[in-house]
Formats: sequence, structure tokens, C-alpha cells
Amino acid sequence: MRFATVRFGGVTRQACLDFVPEAQCGDYVIVHVGFAISRVDAEEAQRTYRLLEEMEALEEEPGALEAELGKDGA
Amino acid sequence: MKYLDEYRDPALARRLVAEIRRSATQPWVLMEICGGQTHTLVKYGIEELLGSRIELVHGPGCPVCVTPLEILDKAIAIASIPRVIFVSYGDMLRVPGSHSDLFRVKAAGGDVRIAYSPMDALRLARENPQRPVVFFAVGFETTAPANSTAVWQAKREGLLNFSMLVSHVLVPPAIRLLLEQSANRVQGFIAPGHVCTVMGYEEYEELAARYKVPFVVGGFEPLDLLEAILLLVRQLEEGRAQVENQYVRSVSRGGNEAARRRMVEVFEVVDRNWRGIGPIAQSGYRLRPDYAAFDAEKVFGVETISAPEPPECISALVLQGLKKPVDCPVFGSRCTPATPMGAPMVSSEGACAIYYQYRRHTAPAGAIT
Repeated sequence: MRFATVRFGGVTRQACLDFVPEAQCGDYVIVHVGFAISRVDAEEAQRTYRLLEEMEALEEEPGALEAELGKDGA
Repeated sequence: MKYLDEYRDPALARRLVAEIRRSATQPWVLMEICGGQTHTLVKYGIEELLGSRIELVHGPGCPVCVTPLEILDKAIAIASIPRVIFVSYGDMLRVPGSHSDLFRVKAAGGDVRIAYSPMDALRLARENPQRPVVFFAVGFETTAPANSTAVWQAKREGLLNFSMLVSHVLVPPAIRLLLEQSANRVQGFIAPGHVCTVMGYEEYEELAARYKVPFVVGGFEPLDLLEAILLLVRQLEEGRAQVENQYVRSVSRGGNEAARRRMVEVFEVVDRNWRGIGPIAQSGYRLRPDYAAFDAEKVFGVETISAPEPPECISALVLQGLKKPVDCPVFGSRCTPATPMGAPMVSSEGACAIYYQYRRHTAPAGAIT
């Protein structure tokens, strides 16, 4: 079985990687009861922002999105 | 933390709320299935933000809440056997069985331990080869890959002092039951994001087509849930009944194949009793015959224990979304997280406990002690 050290904010735990064989060092994974069940898709993670763009609501405060995206390094 | 903080942004949440309020031209009743989603919705007061047209009701997706009384009585019987190390997720210890609970077994000298992962129980079995180690495997599809792997690995290692008391349930059969009830009011569902991470969402496509209700697979942060609600409202307003996936950063249509392969190797589908709801056909898992040596019910001879559900509280109606916790006459008075009468008051994913923690102010006057 393949295990990895996963950091959750300030907490570090071991998690089994059997179900995310594609996971590499530095990836974000969703862990449930000690098992990674998915690798977070960085591109898809932006989708909520795309929805907001579609709503054209972002035109009101264009700086907010840039600040958000800048913060998480995407 | 990345992928969490940005989904809690208040300014973006306000925009989604405004769009939901604009989109809803008539009343709609929506249900989130998963207790983790209930927690977020109530904690952030999301329903209050949505206006009078959107009503949120809370579904049966709390594993602690739906674990039947007879399984708790079996757990208590096994944990009371001398030399047994009984290992459980922490929430289960306070859930009342017919006459006792696991905390009282521990107080009376039973070796009951709390674990974060089934692999912790496996480690205890390796470290204590002379003692039986039993893991209390409750949960939905999300937990099944982990629990099945613990048994699978125990078999590979020949850890015959390890066994598992299995009480696994499945979400789609419970939704089907809700939709077939004449009292059902739910018009659209937020499907559980972590269950679907494992299982994918093809099963929900069948439900959407058959019952003509929309589903949106949703995540667990405020923006996830607001987006899921918006997508549901748009479907309902446009007369569509499809499955859409809001939680794309984790969920694919086919789910996690490696996890499902492991589950199918170890577990088989079986009829299960749900606490407060009753028997639902083909709604859970048990160990396959190949793994009988690791089945705690067989190992300890507790298969015949049964227990009638007491009519002590309205949890059955709460779990089916027919009542809110605050509709219960004993909510917040005789029934609190410290003295729970029913399982939904115990778990952090139980609707009653969540309401008690975040929404006591909405209880009927005089109900709070």
C-alpha cells in the first residue's frame, strides 16, 4: 500500500494513496478517514469563478477575483 | 487553505445569493442529502439568505443517524466481551442503543477506542495479536473504500484477530424511497459530493430520468452549495430534470474506479435497516462470503440480536425531510447533544445537533433549557 504525508492546514497526517495512483508530491487531495479519494483538479477548481463571470456580476468588482486568484497562486 | 478559503468568500457568496433570488420566480423545496452539507448550510445561515421562495430540507445522509438500533446493540454486546478491543469512529460512542451506549461500556471497563481511520484498528490488531480487535464500520459510499481496504489488507496479512462489524448504507436507494412517498415535497436534490467522488453520478442520472427531478452534485463549502442551489433553481425554473456536476474539482461521472473495485471485491449489496426509516431493499453492504472470517457478527455470534425502534423522537420524519428539528417538542429541552434521545442529536452531521449548535434561536419559545 502506498502512503503519503498530507498537510491539512496546520495538521499533518498519513493518508493511503491506493485510490489516487496518479497523485504526486505537491498535489491537493481530498482525504476521508485516512484515504485519499480524489486528486483536486486545479483547472476545474476555477469553475465557480467562471460561473460568476457568466453572471457578469464580476464587472462590479473586478479586483476581487484577481485578489482571490493571486492568493492561491493559480 | 487552498481550495477551502476561496470557497468561503463573502463577496462572491453575496453575488450567488442575489442571482438565486433573481432566478427563483416561485417556491421550490430542495434537499441536501449529506450531513456534511447540512452542517455548512446551517452554520453559515444560508437558507435565511435565500429568501422565502427557497426552502431547504435536510436528508438522511448522516451515517451515525441511520445506523439501526440493533447494530448498536450488537456493537455494545461485542464491546462488552472481555479482552475485545472495540474500535469506532468517535461519533458512535454516544449514540443510544436499546439500554446502553458505547461510552457506558467503556466506563464499565470495556476497551473501547476511538479511531480516525480503519487502518488505526488494523495497527491495533498487529500490535495485540492475542486480543480480538473489532472495527465498527459504519458509513456511506464515501467510507466504504477505506473500510473495505482494512478487511482486504487484514486478509492479505492473515490478521485473524481482526474483524469488522459492518453497517454500510447506500444513498440512491434512500432517495428512491423518499421520492416514492406520497408525502414527498422535495423537488430537487443536492447530490452528495464525496459519495459521488467515489461512485460517480450515473445512478443519479437514472433517478433524475425516472422521477423527473433535477440533481446537482455539490461540494461542501458555502460557494459550492450556493452554486449547486443556483443550478437547481435554474433547472426547475426551466423545467429540466438533469444531473449537473458542481463539484467538478473532485467528482467525475465515472467516480473513482480503483476505490469501487476494492469495495466490490470485499462487499456485496444487501437489504439494510435504516434507523428511523426502516428496511430499504438493496440499500447497503455486507462482507462477501470470502471474508466471513472477518465478519464480527459471525465471529462473536451476535447475528440474531434485534431491537424494536422506540417511538422516542421524530427522527424518522427529520431524516426524511418531512419535519425540521425545531418541530420536535423535546428539541433543545429534554433532547440535547449531552442527553440525546435520537441519533440526529448526536452526530456533527445530524440535523438536530447542527440546529442545536447554530440555530437554537429558531426553536419554539420555551423549548430551550
